[in-house]
Amino acid sequence: MSGISTLLREYDVLGAFWVTIQLTLWGALGALLLGTVVAVCRVSPVGVLQRAGTWFVTLVRNTPLTLIVALCALGVSNTLKISLAPPDSPTFIVDNGFRWGVVALAVYHASFVAEALRSGINTVPTGQAEAARSIGLGFGATLRHVVLPQAFRGAIAPLGNTLIALTKNTTVVATVGVAEAAYLMRNMIEFNPSLLYFIFIVMAAGFVVLTLPVGLLFTWLSNRLAVRR
Amino acid sequence: MGARGTEPATADATPVVVLTGVNKHFGTLHVLNDINLAVGKGEVVVVLGPSGSGKSTLCRAVNRLETIDSGTIAIDGVPLPEEGKALAHLRADVGMVFQSFNLFAHKTVLDNVTLGPIKVRGLTPPEAEKKATDLLDRVGVADQAGKYPAQLSGGQQQRVAIARALAMDPKLMLFDEPTSALDPEMINEVLDVMVALAGAGMTMIVVTHEMGFARKAADRVVFMAAGQIVEENSPEEFFTHPQTDRAKDFLSKILTH
Ligand SMILES: Nc1ncnc2c1ncn2[C@@H]1O[C@H](COP(=O)(O)OP(=O)(O)OP(=O)(O)O)[C@@H](O)[C@H]1O
Ligand SMILES: [Mg+2]
Repeated sequence: MSGISTLLREYDVLGAFWVTIQLTLWGALGALLLGTVVAVCRVSPVGVLQRAGTWFVTLVRNTPLTLIVALCALGVSNTLKISLAPPDSPTFIVDNGFRWGVVALAVYHASFVAEALRSGINTVPTGQAEAARSIGLGFGATLRHVVLPQAFRGAIAPLGNTLIALTKNTTVVATVGVAEAAYLMRNMIEFNPSLLYFIFIVMAAGFVVLTLPVGLLFTWLSNRLAVRR
Repeated sequence: MGARGTEPATADATPVVVLTGVNKHFGTLHVLNDINLAVGKGEVVVVLGPSGSGKSTLCRAVNRLETIDSGTIAIDGVPLPEEGKALAHLRADVGMVFQSFNLFAHKTVLDNVTLGPIKVRGLTPPEAEKKATDLLDRVGVADQAGKYPAQLSGGQQQRVAIARALAMDPKLMLFDEPTSALDPEMINEVLDVMVALAGAGMTMIVVTHEMGFARKAADRVVFMAAGQIVEENSPEEFFTHPQTDRAKDFLSKILTH
């Protein structure tokens, strides 16, 4: 056990997990917004939008996250010089890497959010939308007030799974130098290889602490918010 | 005219809804075949016909939930717009009551009724709630305002659905077999609300096989078969002296069961 206290003393484990949490929260927010837009495109009456939505989901869902992260950080940021932080800022490298990491996570998981939401939309009987249209709500208002609220409730379980996957997938952005938990783990293994098993224990425990409550919360929510018909 | 004995529809006023030469196909099936129908202000028209004759499609076409292939449908002299804002506007003026109620499952009874007035008519929430409470009272479910649809009986749900449609101050109400999904003991509580509504001068198109309602409230009965209007008459005349064989056949079936 002294191994664990050594690790906790010598490395900023909490700080690294805090970066993981921030990546998760911002990534989830972005994925939720973008995924909703994509799902709405797929059910819209406009053919171009439908195809764009389908195309996005198919392309992104079938691309490894590592590739998307590399594309964002190396391709877009380094090569095309599109940065997401003020270049003269003293924390430019950290901020820019973090923000592109968030973008990559958001884009990748948006495809899963969109699919979860679309299955949620399919659980809403067509009569609900017809009733909404018959009182004069347009396409947007029908979605916003009637279809999406019910679709989200029907999609809570898969959305929770996506959030858990996203939390663990934040480790991929370590590959482009964002100092989150997996990045720290690599450092620890490099400098304290004798503590290998303790390092694994600390990391695994950290992720369990993050994801377990999420799973419990979403199970509770999906029961709590289920739409009774 | 009419068994109601209140303000008869004046013949020269512009009808609330006019269908002219309306045709619709589902694939090769000719669901609406050259339908011509005008419903005057305050008039109550009951639509009868065998299953699959196009009654629901007719209702849904008037509310533009179904598109039509040819012909025109005009509400208050204005042809139904294609899509978008103008269509949504027109729909707000036409109330629709469905066989399966279709109350918004995630909203309370009160919120079901206030949604349209707030989002479409621009009422403030207190105004909309006042109006909703009055309407729920009128259909006899004011004490259920805080509940969710799934907690209500079918009859109560359908009365809420009527209140939801009325909250838009519609010029015309469409009812598509409003009592067919109900247990027998709940049918009358819904029909009573509809009879009262007819008595209050609402313009209504009602698809129903409830002859009691037709006799009590209808000014006119329209009989459809295979997508066509085959016969039109006053309820008394239609039920006692049907003209066509198809109507006779149909009546013998619904009278004997
Ligand atoms: N969306 C659709 N696609 C294809 N065919 C349809 C569709 N909706 C209805 N139909 C067909 O059109 C015909 C008329 O249907 P409609 O629902 O208008 O009949 P109805 O008179 O209301 O019958 P019911 O008394 O059973 O309600 C039926 O044969 C039906 O199968
Ligand atoms: Mg029908």
